[in-house]
Amino acid sequence: MTDQQTPAGALHSIPALLARNVALFGDRPAYREKEFGIWQSWTWAEAAEEIRALALGMLVLGLRQGDYVAVIGRNRPAHYWSMIAAQMCGAIPVPLYQDAVAEEMAYVLEHCGARFVICGDQEQVDKVLEVEESVKGIQRILYNDKRGMRKYDHSRMNSIADTQDQGRAAEPRLGLELDARIAALDESSICVMLYTSGTTGKPKGVVLSNRNIIETAKNTCDFDRLTMREEIVAYLPMAWVGDFIFSMGQALWAGFTVNCPESAHTMATDTREIGPTYFFAPPRVFEGQLTSVMIRMEDAGRVKKWLFDRFMKIARRVGPALLDGETVGFTDRLAYGLGKLLVYGPLKNTLGYSRIRVGYTAGEAIGPEIFDFYRSLGINLKQLYGQTEASVFITQQPDGQVRSDTVGVPSPEVEVKIAENGEVFYRSPGTFVEYYKNPDSTASTKDPDGWVATGDAGFFEESTGHLRIIDRAKDVGKMADGSMFAPKYVENKLKFFPNILEAVVLGNNRDYCTVMINIDLNAVGNWAERNNIAYASYQELAAHPQIYAAIRTHVEEVNASVAEDEMLSNCQIHRFLVLHKELDPDDGEMTRTRKVRRAVISEKFADLVGALYDGSDSIYTETEVTYEDGRKGKIKATLRIEDVQVFGGAVQQKVAAQ
Amino acid sequence: MNTQTDIAIADRQLGGTLMELRNITLRFGGVEAIKNISFDIREGEIRAIIGPNGAGKSSMLNVISGFYVPQEGEVWFRGERRGPVKPYEVARLGIARTFQNIALFDGMSVLDNIMTGRLHRMKAGFLSQALWWGPAEREEIENRAQVERIIDFLEIQNIRKTPVGRLPYGLKKRVELARALAAEPQLLLLDEPMAGMNVEEKEDMSRFVLDVNDEFGTTIALIEHDMGVVMDLSDRVVVMDYGRKIGDGSPDEVRNNQEVIDAYLGVAHD
Repeated sequence: MTDQQTPAGALHSIPALLARNVALFGDRPAYREKEFGIWQSWTWAEAAEEIRALALGMLVLGLRQGDYVAVIGRNRPAHYWSMIAAQMCGAIPVPLYQDAVAEEMAYVLEHCGARFVICGDQEQVDKVLEVEESVKGIQRILYNDKRGMRKYDHSRMNSIADTQDQGRAAEPRLGLELDARIAALDESSICVMLYTSGTTGKPKGVVLSNRNIIETAKNTCDFDRLTMREEIVAYLPMAWVGDFIFSMGQALWAGFTVNCPESAHTMATDTREIGPTYFFAPPRVFEGQLTSVMIRMEDAGRVKKWLFDRFMKIARRVGPALLDGETVGFTDRLAYGLGKLLVYGPLKNTLGYSRIRVGYTAGEAIGPEIFDFYRSLGINLKQLYGQTEASVFITQQPDGQVRSDTVGVPSPEVEVKIAENGEVFYRSPGTFVEYYKNPDSTASTKDPDGWVATGDAGFFEESTGHLRIIDRAKDVGKMADGSMFAPKYVENKLKFFPNILEAVVLGNNRDYCTVMINIDLNAVGNWAERNNIAYASYQELAAHPQIYAAIRTHVEEVNASVAEDEMLSNCQIHRFLVLHKELDPDDGEMTRTRKVRRAVISEKFADLVGALYDGSDSIYTETEVTYEDGRKGKIKATLRIEDVQVFGGAVQQKVAAQ
Repeated sequence: MNTQTDIAIADRQLGGTLMELRNITLRFGGVEAIKNISFDIREGEIRAIIGPNGAGKSSMLNVISGFYVPQEGEVWFRGERRGPVKPYEVARLGIARTFQNIALFDGMSVLDNIMTGRLHRMKAGFLSQALWWGPAEREEIENRAQVERIIDFLEIQNIRKTPVGRLPYGLKKRVELARALAAEPQLLLLDEPMAGMNVEEKEDMSRFVLDVNDEFGTTIALIEHDMGVVMDLSDRVVVMDYGRKIGDGSPDEVRNNQEVIDAYLGVAHD
């Protein structure tokens, strides 16, 4: 491959990779963004010019080596460029979640002591100005979108475009200084600092070096044979390590094209237009898409529905085998080929997945039906396991060895070991340097030999060498009778039902398990529509008796499947309720990456938890909610609690206990 | 939101008079909808017309737009007295409006609906448009570019190709605003832009109205029922009641006007 001939020794920073890409294939597209209805594109050479101008502009504004530069905005080329420009100046980019409320942002800006803040638009600028009342030290705000910004005080504020103009003019004066700063970057300089969303406590700043990012990018690009011809759609939060690895690390290493959607709402159309070849999405995206495909097929004409059902049956049977390169009979091959022409091809095209060569999902367990659905269509969807502290990759599934219940084999150059309590540890070139200003946490997470505790419990399957993750190590608890309590394991099984969006299983130190359930408004709403069930609000729909009945069957099905696993059969659900509101990061009930915060929930809904265990069959509750603009309100509701059937050993034990 | 509005109003330089209405009286048969009203609209301002139901606000807006010709009084626009005008002449004069009960083409896409707002700017002949040749092509590209800027501005990229009939009410309102903006008007008339919206939609719309005024320098005259919105947005407010003008001034002045308070709280009329 032409893109990997340069000696690796010279390539120890992102700016160095950029220079190599310009030298080797400067006229290939590097970034695209849809704006004004058209895909605007920049070649590597053009992008490099923009980035250099911005870096020079930052020098003009007084950016120093070692400064922290916060970047807040949606995925846009200019935001990626500002991260590279900051690196060129010897500063450290710190991308933040753009939907964070001002208060969350204040903590991070204060903690990293950002002197420069790059904002996507007026909304973000307003937040930073609000934060500034308590956080000192922000000296410059740069913004990308000029809209609505004309009336602001510009003594400490510049648009990115104006900064670039200043930078271009300053080339003769500061060009050498910038070159010197770029040359000073080496393997151990800090590439980026990313704040973990923090399922517990305050977010921690994970410091990743150039070596971490570039070695990881190199190894994983080799693993999946990613080349400069890949197309990716950058739509995941820039503050998330995954986006940094895919859209910065791997994109710069392999030299492929990063495509930015027009807005968050046009994501589906934009993906279809681009046709990515390398794609990542969290399970919930795949779940949501499958749900909407199924809903549309329910509403489709009889012929279409028949075709879909018939060919999906064939696809489920032979699709995954074909993808894994196993031998498949001639008639099946023929039937699959016909299906591809009539169903799979058009469907993949609608989803924008026609050209996917490598697809990944991670972050949560994915339902086997969902996973198999995509694989049976011929989409090479795989799983990986990782975390911010590892520069994403710990394990991943090689082509041809893909299953829904494992997370694959250790990634290249990653060592994995399982501690006695079942906790997974790893050591790799991608292992983070430290938590910023937090030596205690660094020491408790990473031992002197470089082994990092993941906090997840899991085991290696002996036959295949694949890792399986059971639950968060700290969430795995004990029930009152001493048997193992693994809430996530049960929750995941529940969440595989399209009607259930979220589930929170309780039972640590208790006699039996209970669950609070969030319905999926999309799926349940559509079902209600088709069954002539009228409802005025989420709350009313959630409390509907027929919904309760449907959820009860789901819970009982899960119980039956949990009962099969001897170790975990006591995790069967005895009582459940359907929550009156959707769990929401704005209310602190979930992290920004949409993982439930158990502690917050059990505190906030203490009255509900009490009712689940005191035998009452309904409970009146008032819940505080936060609106998008930060104002607070209250939701009042009376929730019903229902008992469900449990199976096997667990029942007998309960009877015995009584 | 509030502080920003304050800044915006404080900074705004009110220009010269854009439109002046002198002693307007409008009758429908024996009913006097507007009784001898005079006020002006200055360049670059947001001018609100408020009043209880049936006060004659919409009639007033129709007089401004030239749809109704008052029996008495004069309408002066850009320093010239305006006689009776045809609808397409109104558009050419630089006046565009949105309607209380949305008037879009349901079967057409959002994009096409907005494009209709630029109809009066297209000059290519029938034949070259049919063949999409030469000037027609250039013209369409130019107009499409302008429309795309408005789509971007109002953040409706995701519904660009959606038929308007399928959109929820709040978005239809936004599309209507987009179509009015596509005409690049000097004076934009908004008939109850926030009616029937929830708080969040109202906040969005308020921001768009302010941004339009700020970015394009468009003069805006609006009718609105939501007092909070009116007081936040407007530079000056005209208050009408039973076809008469009972107040005119800055939001603060109007708020403290006894006659206005009476009209809203309701006192017995003779």
